Amino acid sequence: MTFFGLHFQDLVFYTLAVILLMAGLRVITTRNPVYAALYLVLAFFTAAGIWLLLEAEFLAITLVLVYVGAVMVLFLFVVMMLDINLDRLREGFWKALPIALPVGGLMAVEMVMIVGVRNFGVDKVAAPAAHPAGYSNTAELGRVLYTDYLLAFELASVVLLVAIVAAIALTLRERRESKSMDPAKQVLVKKADRLRIVKMQAEVEKTEVPDAEVATDASKESK
Amino acid sequence: MEWLSNLFGSYWPAVEITGWTLIKIVAIVVPLMGAVAYLTLAERKVIGYMQVRIGPNRVGYFGLLQPLADGIKLLFKEVILPTASNKTLFLLGPVLAIAPAFAAWAVVPFDMNLVLADIDAGLLYILAMTSVAVYGVIIAGWASNSKYAFLGSLRSAAQIVSYEIAMGFALVGVLMCANSLNLGKIVMGQSGGLLHWYFLPLFPLFIVYFISAVAETNRAPFDVAEGESEIVAGFHVEYSGMAFAVFFLAEYANMILVSMLAALMFLGGWLSPVSFIPDSFLWLLAKVGFLLFLFLWFRATFPRYRYDQIMRLGWKVFIPITIVWIVFIGGMMQTPWAHLFH
Repeated sequence: MTFFGLHFQDLVFYTLAVILLMAGLRVITTRNPVYAALYLVLAFFTAAGIWLLLEAEFLAITLVLVYVGAVMVLFLFVVMMLDINLDRLREGFWKALPIALPVGGLMAVEMVMIVGVRNFGVDKVAAPAAHPAGYSNTAELGRVLYTDYLLAFELASVVLLVAIVAAIALTLRERRESKSMDPAKQVLVKKADRLRIVKMQAEVEKTEVPDAEVATDASKESK
Repeated sequence: MEWLSNLFGSYWPAVEITGWTLIKIVAIVVPLMGAVAYLTLAERKVIGYMQVRIGPNRVGYFGLLQPLADGIKLLFKEVILPTASNKTLFLLGPVLAIAPAFAAWAVVPFDMNLVLADIDAGLLYILAMTSVAVYGVIIAGWASNSKYAFLGSLRSAAQIVSYEIAMGFALVGVLMCANSLNLGKIVMGQSGGLLHWYFLPLFPLFIVYFISAVAETNRAPFDVAEGESEIVAGFHVEYSGMAFAVFFLAEYANMILVSMLAALMFLGGWLSPVSFIPDSFLWLLAKVGFLLFLFLWFRATFPRYRYDQIMRLGWKVFIPITIVWIVFIGGMMQTPWAHLFH
């Protein structure tokens, strides 16, 4: 029994590819932005599956770890908290269409010209060879990154660092009314700084007790 | 077998492997569910005794059938779908919470060669799976369409994302010592008795990892996500019956998972602390059991952290500690004392 003469691996690939394309399509067609973000998560997941088929396990797992586990979580965070008015989003659709259509079309044509069959056809790119059992994609990547591509790798990390610092510098605003406390100072506080113990004589309020009554009570008890 | 292999034709090898893998998955998940069930009983008993109470003791001898009774009760309760909720995502939430909690067990080794998937990037896979678990919380909070659930999910998700970084960095130290991402190799790198376990050279990272693990699983004293006095019960306030139970299972399965990882990466896994007693799976059980007991002990001991203090601890204390220690290990590996860090 075979489906259209496909190998098992091809079957898995086509299943993942169909899911990936559907998810990618839904990202831009669905009306609810939270759904769109979740479809993008699904697309990342299936793309990771396809990379696993290529024996690129490090890239596949990193895709899930970074994009699904961190980037999309923050995306969802923002999208969830927005109160998005869908009608206002679609307001300028017909007005922008005459410009958007040619621009979009041009981009599509350019992409086909570059990544199309002419440059990336089956005959242009050799089929990936299956690696032996002991092959570790992670170790290979690490070796290449820290030897052949060391400069590019370090430069990329510096660019990222600059981006992080810039993002923080742009959004950091000193809040004057903030009442945040410095825990280090809180911990250093001693009893002597806050508490003053005053020694004083006990003040006893004297009450007049009639002697006669006490005497009569005592005499009653003795009887 | 013959007719099966004829039926599937050229797909038979793949189908056979899939079938065997499914059987192995069941062999891992069923004991895990049992452990989760009895962890809830252990929690109630341990905290009970710490607070000079008896804990559950009515169902079965010593209360031993209490988890079953709880399970049956939750199964028969109605799962209420709030009218204003997003029904699809409301039901998807619990599934997304528990699936990664179980999926991560695929690469966890229980003994020499006793592992479902012996992959090279095992540790990365676990980090990826645990980072996906946050979707269950976010989706549940959003789909409930309730302000308490939403606030709870925001708190919880922010906390999980923050402590994931400290946890990941703590594990980088382990990778540096073990020279491998494979969990089995990490354990074997610690062979040679108690003094060779990674918790000694990586002591600060071990402490950071375990505290981050407590925060990551939203357990006391980091359980502001379900601070009952402020936001009722957090992200799962709208859930009832089995849908709630699934979140509950996921939380306890995650507790067992992070304890397992701590035992494997810092406490030598199944290795024996002394040479005259053989290595065994029982050692691993004992270590995981002890770490789980710590979880319960913390809950009975510490008051709840304030939210801003949680964030400060994660970002301003733990992450700097881990970075400094990673640089320190890297430096020490270039000195004559490098053998102490392998």
